[in-house]
Amino acid sequence: MKLVIGIVRPEKANDVLEALYRAQVRGVSMSRVQGHGGELERVETYRGTTVKMGLAEKVRFEIAVSDDFVEAAVEALCEGARTGEVGDGKIFVLPLDQAVRIRTGETDHGAVTPVDK
Amino acid sequence: MSAVSLLAAVPQVDSGDTAWMLAATALVLMMTPALGLFYAGLVRSKNTLNTFMMCIAAIAVAMVTWALVGYSLAFDGTGDLIGGLGYVGLHGVDFLPRNDESTIPHLLFMAFQATFCIITVALISGAVVERMRFGAFLVFAALWSVLVYAVLAHWAFGGGWLAERGTLDFAGGVPVEMASGFSALAAALVVGSRKDYGRQALLPHNAMYVLLGAGLLWFGWFGFNGGSGFNTGTNSVLAFTNTLITPACALVTWFVLDLVRGRKATAIGAATAIIVGCVLITPAGGYISPGWAMVLGFLGALPCYVAIQWRPRTRVDETLDVLAAHGIAGFTGILFIGLVAQVGWNGIADGLFYGNADQLLDQVLAAIAAPAYAFTVTFILLKLIGAVMPLRASEHDEAVGMDVTYHGEEAYVTGEGAILVFPEDGGKAPVPVADPG
Repeated sequence: MKLVIGIVRPEKANDVLEALYRAQVRGVSMSRVQGHGGELERVETYRGTTVKMGLAEKVRFEIAVSDDFVEAAVEALCEGARTGEVGDGKIFVLPLDQAVRIRTGETDHGAVTPVDK
Repeated sequence: MSAVSLLAAVPQVDSGDTAWMLAATALVLMMTPALGLFYAGLVRSKNTLNTFMMCIAAIAVAMVTWALVGYSLAFDGTGDLIGGLGYVGLHGVDFLPRNDESTIPHLLFMAFQATFCIITVALISGAVVERMRFGAFLVFAALWSVLVYAVLAHWAFGGGWLAERGTLDFAGGVPVEMASGFSALAAALVVGSRKDYGRQALLPHNAMYVLLGAGLLWFGWFGFNGGSGFNTGTNSVLAFTNTLITPACALVTWFVLDLVRGRKATAIGAATAIIVGCVLITPAGGYISPGWAMVLGFLGALPCYVAIQWRPRTRVDETLDVLAAHGIAGFTGILFIGLVAQVGWNGIADGLFYGNADQLLDQVLAAIAAPAYAFTVTFILLKLIGAVMPLRASEHDEAVGMDVTYHGEEAYVTGEGAILVFPEDGGKAPVPVADPG
């Protein structure tokens, strides 16, 4: 089991969801985050105050998958989120100790989506 | 000529009429920021400011063009198709009434009409929000306010061929509602759809703005319709009261249709119904009885509702449904006058139901000519502007959003991670936060 974390552009979030769905990865959570990854900052002006916006809006996907689906999930994230410009985001794959599906009490491979092929 | 007869020949300003028209002008001006709220709530959060700014821009641009040349072309003289240039730069527009029928200062008449031109330009922006370049919109707004609005205002209000025939249009079914609606369709066709239209759900980001905007628009509409009699007489009272009645009836119809279709009465639907009701009564306000105004609200909402349900199923991204809410509602209102106008209520003309088929013919002519002119000229105008400059944002800018791209601001800025830029290091390259050295 792995936890795949994908941090992507908010405007690509729908494309990522579509790609994950096509890859048959069903269990997903997402949250809005702000981050900085080397992209050029936007300069904004509010009346007399000019600022460089160091943080950009991003969307963070968290997807727990069985080992066989790590590659599919990563590919889907890349395919959905890539524009080719700086700021497309990052993907992190982490080992996962335990997973429990609260409704049924199933654990580990029985609890992540999808179950092994 | 004796002093007495000279005095009698000078048209008199009526203080009561003038007081009301001063207030009505302010009410109509408020409708443009109200429209900004209404529209801004209907777009995605990244385009909030740009959508509102298109309405603000309409005030800036259309007021200037109106004072320079638009007012003159609309209201100087009684040429069939277009007015003269006698009032260019507001030359000769002063404190006396503009003609024998008028009881308010000419300058105030001009100001009231200016607010109509402004909101009409702002209305069209609803067709192109979330993708049109701000600069291109400014150019379009300036040219449209003269080439389309001033011409149609002359036809309907300024003594042009429709007014001369006896076409009845109390507060702008021709130059405001049908002109903006059918121009919006042309603009949506020329500018093209948003890049994700029809592929992803593009949803309103703040329903409260939509409701608040609709409420303020309705409030302002009492000046719009109630002021279009230019006095405090019977037609004005009738139009004012009908502006209360018709939108309420349109709301009832909308609730019923929403409940029948989806078993839920929607809030954004209700906001839309208020606009549709106000537009329906705009041309007819001072000409039809309150009873018929109720019928107009109940029945007139039907074609608009159908159009709003049908449009998103097409490939035409007429984003905020200006055609359905203004074009079709204005068209319906203009025709309705031809059926149910009553001399007993308006003192001018009867409609078909009261034995005057000619009135319906006059209304049909307006309902054909105004949309045809507005659509054609807007289509050609945008094609010409498009040949000189790009009309729409790049795909990248559209994805980032119009607010950051064209205004360098965000509607919902948090300030986290924002670094102050002082003038002395204004020329330095941006330093990433992660690498402050």
